[in-house]
Amino acid sequence: MTPEERIQFERRRRSRNWAILGVLVSLVVMFYLISTVRLFQG
Amino acid sequence: MSVTTIQPGGAKAPLDASTPGLSATGLSEVRDWVELLKPRVMSLVVFTGLVGLLVAPGSIHPILGLTAILCITVGSGAAGAINMWYDRDIDARMRRTARRPIPAGRIDAGAALAFGVILGIASVLLMGLATNWVAAGWLGFTILFYVFVYTMWLKRRTSQNIVIGGAAGAFPPLIGWAAVTGDTTLMPWLMFTIIFLWTPPHFWALSLWTHGDYARAGVPMLPVAHGARETRWQILMYTVMLAPAALAPWLAGFAGPAYAAVAATLSAIYLYHAVRTLREAQDEVGRSLVQDAAARRNFGFSILYLFTLFGALAIDKLVFG
Repeated sequence: MTPEERIQFERRRRSRNWAILGVLVSLVVMFYLISTVRLFQG
Repeated sequence: MSVTTIQPGGAKAPLDASTPGLSATGLSEVRDWVELLKPRVMSLVVFTGLVGLLVAPGSIHPILGLTAILCITVGSGAAGAINMWYDRDIDARMRRTARRPIPAGRIDAGAALAFGVILGIASVLLMGLATNWVAAGWLGFTILFYVFVYTMWLKRRTSQNIVIGGAAGAFPPLIGWAAVTGDTTLMPWLMFTIIFLWTPPHFWALSLWTHGDYARAGVPMLPVAHGARETRWQILMYTVMLAPAALAPWLAGFAGPAYAAVAATLSAIYLYHAVRTLREAQDEVGRSLVQDAAARRNFGFSILYLFTLFGALAIDKLVFG
C-alpha cells in the first residue's frame, strides 16, 4: 500500500467509524423513545 | 434463449473487481451503501406500507408508527442488499446494473452480504419490540421470500419469476396494517392482491425494451423466454385482472365511492395503455418498430397508477372515515 493509499484507507476507516457511531447513538435514542412510549401505553 | 441453459451462479460466481475503490470519498462511499438498499424500490415499499398503516382500524403512537415504517424501509433495503450480493455476476453483464456498487468493485461482496443480513435481522427485531411480533413475522417472511424464493430460486429459472417473486413487494401494506392491529384480515390481503397483480405488467413493460440485458445475463424474463408478443398479451391479461382487484376495497365496503371513482378511472387508463402496448407497430415476433414507445408510456403510467390508487385509499380513509 502506497502512502497515498494508506491515507485514503485511514480516511475511509475514520468516516466509517463515525457513521457506525451515528447509527449506534440513533439506536439508543430510538430504543429510549420506544420504551418510553410502550411504558406509558401500559 | 432456452430457460434450461441458464445456470445459477449467484454467490459462487467470480467477481472481477476485487479492490474496493480506495479513491472514493466518504460521501460517495455513503452513496454506494445507500444504493445497495435499492432506494427506488424502497420508495414504493415505504409508501404502500404507510398506506397499510394509515387505513388500518385503530391507532398507533406516532413514534411507534414511524418506527414501523423505518423497519419496513430498512427490511426492504436489507433484502435489496442481499439480492445485489447474490446477483453480482448477472448485474455485471447487464448495462442497466453494471455500475452498481458490487459489480463496479466499489463495495466488497462479503461486506454487502453482512450489511444486508445485519439490517434484516435488526429491522425484524426492532419491529417486534416496537409494535408486535405478527408484523415482525411478516416482515421477516417478506425478506426471506425475496431472498430465497425470488432471488435464489425463481429469478434465473422461470419466466414466472416476477409473478410469484413479486409477492415480496406486495407484503408491505399487510405489514403496516399488522403493525397497528396485530392481525391480518381481508382488507390487507386485498391491498396485497392489488400489488401482486400490478407487479407483472409493470416489470414486463420495462422488460420489453430491456430484454437484451436480461438475455445477456441469462435471466428468463417473459420476453426472453416466450417472446415480445406473448409478453404484450400477458400485460393485457394482468391489467384486466387488476381492474376488479382495484375496485375490491370498495366492493367489500372498506372504501367509499370517491375511491371507487379514482380506481375505475385509473384502471380504464391503464387498460388503454395495455391495449396500446399490445397493438403497437411491431415485427412478426412482436418486437417494437417504434422504440417501444407504448411500453415506455405503459411503464411510466403503472408507477403513477399504484401511487395514486394507494394515495386515494389513504385519503378516502382519512377524509371520509
